[in-house]
Amino acid sequence: MSILHIVNKSPYEKNSLDTAVGFVKNGDTVLLIEDAVYAAAKGGSVAAKLDGLDVSVLGSDLAARGIAEDRLIDGVSVVDYSGFVDLVEAKDSTQSWL
Amino acid sequence: MKFTIQVNEGPYQHQAADSAYNFVKAALEKGHDIFRVFFYHDGVNNGTRLTTPPQDDRHVVDRWSELARENEIDLVICVAAAQRRGIVDAGEAERNGKDATNIADGFRISGLGQLIEGAVQSDRLVVFGD
Repeated sequence: MSILHIVNKSPYEKNSLDTAVGFVKNGDTVLLIEDAVYAAAKGGSVAAKLDGLDVSVLGSDLAARGIAEDRLIDGVSVVDYSGFVDLVEAKDSTQSWL
Repeated sequence: MKFTIQVNEGPYQHQAADSAYNFVKAALEKGHDIFRVFFYHDGVNNGTRLTTPPQDDRHVVDRWSELARENEIDLVICVAAAQRRGIVDAGEAERNGKDATNIADGFRISGLGQLIEGAVQSDRLVVFGD
């Protein structure tokens, strides 16, 4: 059972990313949307939490917050809404960590 | 693939109403079916037709109504959440003695069972909210 973990809170404000990461298993993907995209910025104090995980980030939410794609942690995939839909389809279920 | 979407947040709290709308649009463009969008908690505020945002701003409510009209999407508002927040259709006005209705085109008020049915009948449930 693979799960798409959708996180939408800034890790500098709430601990939902921590909670989500604690439940991630092999084959799962973490998708960062809305304010959670801040977690994917290179040099951030939470970047290490995403080490070794399959992480995607919603491009339009990055752009809305002025984070250029070349400022992202290595290995993070940028997706658009179409890619978001594909991720939901590809995993067996979704969990939104609100 | 068939999706049900749950929206827990009003149009002007954070971003959930926009994220949910963009997701639904992208899913439809890819040929997926949206079985239902269920509005819960403050999400019921997506369904009042009395909002008048500035003309240069997106119209969150009308945008849902239009999407529902064009794609025959079932937009369901949770009755208990609606009663608390004053979202009223003709049936609710009658039942609770209200002097007006405000539900927007394409929305209907029903129970939490509709969310469960959506989750059961769909391949995926995706939740947006605060």
